[in-house]
Amino acid sequence: MSKSLLNKGRNKLYFIAFWLFWSVMHVWVLKEWNYTMNEAWIDSAVSNSLLSSMCIIVIISMHYYLPRKEQLTYLSMLCLGAAGIWISVTRYILSSIVSNEILDAFTQSIPIRIAIGILILGCIILINVLLYTQDEQKEQELRQHESDRIAKDAELFKLRQQLQPHFLFNSLNSISALVATRPGEARKMIQELSDYLRNTLKKEEYKWVSLKEELDYLRLYLDIEKIRFGHRLSTVLQQGEKTDTMKLPPFLLQPIVENAIKFGLYDTTEAITISVESEMQDNMLVIRVRNPFDPELSKPIKGTGFGLNAVQKRLFLLFARNDLLTTEVQENIFITQVKIPQ
Amino acid sequence: MIKVLLIDDEPLARTILKEYLLDYAQIEIVEECNDGFEGVKAIAQYQPDLIFLDIQMPKINGFEMLELIEKPPAVIFTTAFDEYAIRAFETHAVDYLLKPFSKERFDKAMQKWFGTSTAGQSAEKEALLLQTVAESGLSSNRVVVKSNNKIRIIPLQDILYFEAADDYVKIHTTDAWYLKNKTMQYFEKILNDNQFVRTHRSYIVNVQCITRLEPNEKENHIAILNKGQQVPVSKTGYIKLKQVLGL
Repeated sequence: MSKSLLNKGRNKLYFIAFWLFWSVMHVWVLKEWNYTMNEAWIDSAVSNSLLSSMCIIVIISMHYYLPRKEQLTYLSMLCLGAAGIWISVTRYILSSIVSNEILDAFTQSIPIRIAIGILILGCIILINVLLYTQDEQKEQELRQHESDRIAKDAELFKLRQQLQPHFLFNSLNSISALVATRPGEARKMIQELSDYLRNTLKKEEYKWVSLKEELDYLRLYLDIEKIRFGHRLSTVLQQGEKTDTMKLPPFLLQPIVENAIKFGLYDTTEAITISVESEMQDNMLVIRVRNPFDPELSKPIKGTGFGLNAVQKRLFLLFARNDLLTTEVQENIFITQVKIPQ
Repeated sequence: MIKVLLIDDEPLARTILKEYLLDYAQIEIVEECNDGFEGVKAIAQYQPDLIFLDIQMPKINGFEMLELIEKPPAVIFTTAFDEYAIRAFETHAVDYLLKPFSKERFDKAMQKWFGTSTAGQSAEKEALLLQTVAESGLSSNRVVVKSNNKIRIIPLQDILYFEAADDYVKIHTTDAWYLKNKTMQYFEKILNDNQFVRTHRSYIVNVQCITRLEPNEKENHIAILNKGQQVPVSKTGYIKLKQVLGL
């Protein structure tokens, strides 16, 4: 709500012009009813200045307070109330300036005056409501636009993340090396890389997958890394009882394992083991990923450093909980644990 | 014979290089290295004429490794880095090969090297390259140094202050100091000036380690660090410090 009706554009001018015109009409009508010029002007001035003030009050009040619920009832009451106050104040003021004869004529014409008052106030209220609805719509469109943009950015980011150009090109380079000497292995790796990429593209953001599916997918990823680093990477994928069919959101485990690979494999030189275990605990799927790390390189491991923030954020969006992702260090092994409520 | 060294943490990536190099009879591969540490050692041992260097490697990356070598040989980078990131370095390296690369592309790089392999030029070029890399902020949260033939990786937050020492810069940490063959200007340029402030012609201080500032003679000050070390602060240095500390 930025500006009230009167503060917009040239509305003030139109408002004044209307009331001048209306007052002249008022005088003209009363003249037809045998008022003298003087009496007609007094009547018009008092009632129209009061009615226009009433309109301003209504506009201002609507600027500051406009209920969303039962708007129609509120506005009708506002309109009737304003008209009632207007007519009684007008009568009270007139009673002290004009003759009894004129006051009687006023009293007789109260129904028609009220009708006119309600009409004018009603129009003002309607215009006001229209204006605010329009404003709100514009604002909502803007918000919608903004959120669309953010969603799109996120989508692009996700796509880039998933495809991991570095991983992809290094894998292609390994294939290129294998083609000449070990074509059978090259073909196998192409197969695995294709399956992995197809899986990445196929997955839907909102559709939960079973742990088995997710582990199969991770196995592909790890197998590819094994061809690249076979001389020093070994992996253990362990499933607990009954966890096979338990479900988890897609793309949740992947970044955790990538993280393990990044710090456990890319940043070390020795033979290493990366393990993924799962179990059921209090109706929650608990998954633990273990990777060694080089303490000399990544000293300050506190909380969920290590680029796990995105996972943490995602879990919070999904479950409104901040305690589902935990990390722990045992000597030079880094353990990431994620719990997924079922 | 031309001595060539391969440095890449993936054996298969080295396999390709070896295969492509079979066509060059005059070339001898003196050693294959799995990481930058091995690379530093092998370069000192064999003095190769040309190295093929991967950029992303465990412990220290290819650029950090080059920094540790006094007179680096000619380098052809092999990397899966996207082209955009590496384009900035193009002018300074002999060449770079984007993985996966073809035999034709590889041969082109070799021709380029044969054409420009007058010794001495490459070292100069690489110094420029390393400067470009450092300024691009690709690997700026640590400093890699060599001391007593051991390579040390110092996270920036562990550094108290830098001190000019002739042709070197002395890097002081809580429990030791290291020398690095660079200039103060170099460090002033690459470091985040909200964390490290050049308080004096010969000093750059980690502001997080300052516990208090004391006035010294004339208009100078002394910064007292959290382990009691004292670092001089000049007049202009004091103004800079006050700005960063929001005083």
